[in-house]
Amino acid sequence: MRNVDINRLNEIYLDVLKELGNIGAGNAITALSTMIGKKVDMKVPTVKILELVEVPDIFGSPDTVIVGIYFGLDGDVKGNILFTLDLDSASSLIWNLMGIEAKEEFDELEKSALEEIGNIMAGSYVASLSTLTSLNMKISPPALSIDMAGAILSVPAIQYGEFSDKILFIETQFVEGERLIRGDFFLIPDINSFDLILKALGVEVNGEQNS
Amino acid sequence: MESKILRVGMADAKVTKSPGILTTIGLGSCVGIVLYDPIAKVAGLVHIMLPYSNKISDNSNKLKFADTGIEILIEEMLKEGANPKRLISKLAGGAQMFSSKINSDIMNIGERNVIATKEVLKKLGIPIVAEDTGGNYGRTIEFYSEDGRLLVKTIGHGVKYI
Repeated sequence: MRNVDINRLNEIYLDVLKELGNIGAGNAITALSTMIGKKVDMKVPTVKILELVEVPDIFGSPDTVIVGIYFGLDGDVKGNILFTLDLDSASSLIWNLMGIEAKEEFDELEKSALEEIGNIMAGSYVASLSTLTSLNMKISPPALSIDMAGAILSVPAIQYGEFSDKILFIETQFVEGERLIRGDFFLIPDINSFDLILKALGVEVNGEQNS
Repeated sequence: MESKILRVGMADAKVTKSPGILTTIGLGSCVGIVLYDPIAKVAGLVHIMLPYSNKISDNSNKLKFADTGIEILIEEMLKEGANPKRLISKLAGGAQMFSSKINSDIMNIGERNVIATKEVLKKLGIPIVAEDTGGNYGRTIEFYSEDGRLLVKTIGHGVKYI
């Protein structure tokens, strides 16, 4: 059945996720650009690997309020995707999409606009991974939360925590006009699905050092 | 003596004596477990992420789990002069941050963390004197070892002492 040594796998695991994340994020931003009908300049995404204890500090203090848009991943590959934005970036996206300046607290319409943006970005992210691996993946409807960074980030941290003491995510920055938008993608395949992704990419994981 | 504030991170634990203050910021589906000896005024706080260590293949970090996290916290508190028979507990966290349309097993992790925490405390005979768990929002907590109050702060869901 499952004979992958998690500790030994860590290095390969991170490399592959890094590659998948780069490709996925690139496609997501292209989709965003099409959606808002404007050219978006993307900076090269940076892959970050952090110890679990550092995760709540990604946005500065863990009580900084951020936006999290969450998706379940189903099909051949099961797991989750989380897309996070700081409040300024979320306001910029709303401004781009709806042409209105968001107030301090987002109303229902603005929240659903954010969900929709997340939906399109995560959808194209997953579509590119699906093409690459020839594995079937689909995302659930989006779920939105605007709350403390630590609380929102606890969700991917816990999921990674089941098989690692580290977490991997892709930070993307893009510029539309004069506004800088920063978003982080967390791609979290469950451990069995990860096996499947590796196989689909032809990565040999069951080496000689089984103990 | 000035009150010292000790910050507890994710999968982390700290112990203090009166008038020390223990805090953990931005609890989501994780659970903050405070143990307190009201006579010796020794307090401990552990920030756990998952229920049981024996259900997970990579369990090297013992503070990640309710069972081993509580065990280690008690050991550390005994070193500071706490009496295991006098320990009481207060809990916060275990929220479900995103709606349940999605994969239910993962989404219920907050609830599963709270259930496991209660099972472990019951087995150890440590009473739970206050809790603020569940819901769909994050919490920041501060525990005052001087008088045993636990402050719970939220975004848009009020501030209270339990």
